[in-house]
Amino acid sequence: MDAIILQTLNGLDKGSAYALIALGLTLIFGTLGVVNFAHGALFMIGAFCAVFLQRILSLSTITIDETQKDFLGNPLKVETPYVHNWFGPETGSLIIDWSVPLAIFFAIPVMIAVGFIMERGLIKHFYKRPHADQILVTFGLAIVLQEIIKYFYGANPIPTPAPDALKGAADFGALFGFDPNVIIYPYWRLIYFCFAALIIGAVFAFLQFTTFGMVVRAGMADRETVGLLGIDIDKRFTIMFGIAAAVAGLAGVMYTPINPPNYHMGMDFLVLSFVVVVVGGMGSLPGAVAAGFLLGILESFASTTWATTTIPGINQIIIYLVAIIILLTRPRGLMGKKGVMED
Amino acid sequence: MSKSNLTRRGLLKTSAIAGGGLMLPTYLRAAAHAGFTNAPQGDTVTLGFNVPQTGPYADEGSDELLAQQLAVEHLNGEGDGGCLNTFTSKALKGNGILGKKVTFVTGDTQTKSDAARASAKSMIEKDGAIMINGGSSSGVAVAVQGLCQEAGVIFMAGLTHANDTTGKDKKANGFRHFFNAYMSGAALAPVLANEMGTDRRAYHLTADYNWGWTQEESIVASTEALGWETVNTVKTPLASTDFSSYITPVLNSGADVLVLNHYGGNMVNSLSNAIQFDLLNKQVNGKDFKIVVPLYSELMAAGAGENIKGVLGSMNYNWQLENEGSKQFVKSFGEKYGKPPSNSAQTCYAQVLLYADACERAGTFNPCGVVEALEGFEFDGLGNGKTLYRAEDHQCFKDVLVVRGAQNPTSAYDTLEIVEITPVEQVTYAPNHPMFGGDEATLGECNPGA
Repeated sequence: MDAIILQTLNGLDKGSAYALIALGLTLIFGTLGVVNFAHGALFMIGAFCAVFLQRILSLSTITIDETQKDFLGNPLKVETPYVHNWFGPETGSLIIDWSVPLAIFFAIPVMIAVGFIMERGLIKHFYKRPHADQILVTFGLAIVLQEIIKYFYGANPIPTPAPDALKGAADFGALFGFDPNVIIYPYWRLIYFCFAALIIGAVFAFLQFTTFGMVVRAGMADRETVGLLGIDIDKRFTIMFGIAAAVAGLAGVMYTPINPPNYHMGMDFLVLSFVVVVVGGMGSLPGAVAAGFLLGILESFASTTWATTTIPGINQIIIYLVAIIILLTRPRGLMGKKGVMED
Repeated sequence: MSKSNLTRRGLLKTSAIAGGGLMLPTYLRAAAHAGFTNAPQGDTVTLGFNVPQTGPYADEGSDELLAQQLAVEHLNGEGDGGCLNTFTSKALKGNGILGKKVTFVTGDTQTKSDAARASAKSMIEKDGAIMINGGSSSGVAVAVQGLCQEAGVIFMAGLTHANDTTGKDKKANGFRHFFNAYMSGAALAPVLANEMGTDRRAYHLTADYNWGWTQEESIVASTEALGWETVNTVKTPLASTDFSSYITPVLNSGADVLVLNHYGGNMVNSLSNAIQFDLLNKQVNGKDFKIVVPLYSELMAAGAGENIKGVLGSMNYNWQLENEGSKQFVKSFGEKYGKPPSNSAQTCYAQVLLYADACERAGTFNPCGVVEALEGFEFDGLGNGKTLYRAEDHQCFKDVLVVRGAQNPTSAYDTLEIVEITPVEQVTYAPNHPMFGGDEATLGECNPGA
């Protein structure tokens, strides 16, 4: 029982990342009709917003300490962060320690701006081109973006830890009557799941309960008619691109304490996220979220010793196997609608 | 009046032969003069440095390339001479190799076997490289070693830790300075027994490819010999990024030690994930839970950050070694590049110097002469202490370092601290050891090329 609960938690956690990325992909596809292969790169740029802020907060003055030596035997250069000088060592350390949560506020405007620039500067020129062209140009853009990040930050992962107060694991099982230390789960992963649920809820609420969201939904259903009503739907869709970029970026920011970010992390998620979108149903936002969590959970259970012993290699193929089965039985995916990508 | 013998048919024949000759790869044309591939012409000799310049190990490749460039400088008599001052063989004079100035070309392995073979092939056939050095993966090393054997050039491996490189896949033209998985197990075992006792239950997570398998086999053998029990060995896909679903089964498995047979990004992520689950603060079977990472590198340690604190592992070399060769190399490398060398950089530097020295001692660039000079060669002064290039398998035998993630690093470079320098006798094994292919594995014949 404890193994089932733990793997379900793992699945929900993995699914959170898949769902957030797939949600952004679906928003862009549903509004602009663009298959955005650069979406994984937006997730990666979000993660590097956290790295960038951590570096900014850690900018230091250098003093020479004659009592200590560096690796060449020269007096050691001791770095003291400016925030230590400005706010005192205790508060300064606390600010640096909380750089990942603080990066959320930094990443939102940055990612919206990146989304705007990407859409207005490049992607809008490909709206009327075939999907193959869109895939090629966005995939190329993804490679350019990751090479830019590699140029500045190198290829090695960069540790970006969670705040000290949020490290460690909660005795999750004890809350539900299990023996102590049987079901423990990391605080930050629980936070990631809650954060993802919050963002997903916020996006749905925005689309469902605001006038802006209503217009966007109307535009997704019938762009031409909305345009005939005198509404500048393109402008709203551009804003949606920015919001989708911000969702992917926030997913990246919060992911950094789980795995140290590197320039390639977006590509690691990209293919899986597309499978999630297709399984959920092209253009379906609830489908993308549901498929994200479903595939996350299945992937976790397929990694158990029991599963890999029973069917060797199942952990490597489970997602694609499920995708095949779902597409054979429900060609439009779990919640796909007729007419989407069927011309 | 002169009479020309030129006929239309003769002209066509001559043109065809000349054209065919021009189309021959460089190494075949050169071979016609000296009897071996890419015999140096003129006053230069070209070495090929095949390192990952793109992909996840690009930083490691970059460090290797810095060391290789430094070695070329020292061979050509530039800079401070580096380990030419401490190397016990005094054949190198700082005037290139056999009087020829050393030049080099580079290739990008991308840490992919096919790409690494393609770049090595290009350097051999188009650029006339006479020796290939570098790399940071065993898959790449085995693939490139095979290519060099076929082409008739020497392969001086970079970072490759799988037993197979000098085991079942060993080749007469290939040489490995880096240590291997068996040596990691043999070096770690006594330290593990000392620090964790002989009554332990280990759970292995292993990268599902050749290197991971050989490391798991080696560590299981050495820890079981201590009396440890192996609870489970789980293979993880190389492409895995989140290891949580592999780590949660460890929690209630009864294991009190987790062995991570992972390298690079896999290791950074699996260790980070294990720390998130608070494993190091857990008590199992009345003992503190421990994590072991059998193969460390400085870049991995930097990537894992504070998660590495207190975690034991092994290395081929560490810049904190106090011997004269190491001090000299760290000084040369540090003054030129502003940082200490990694262990992959050191192995590449040593390999370039060892190749050059072998040419000098053999008095020829002929690969078979170089092989003969390297086989059974004993030396010191390159940073690892006394070392033997064993003739039977072309594996270097030297002390192995057991290291631990530093508790209180004072700089970005002292992330690892040396726990023990395991003497070479403790990590030596028979050339026909079953983990290295047994009696069936042979070096084959040296191939000088065309």
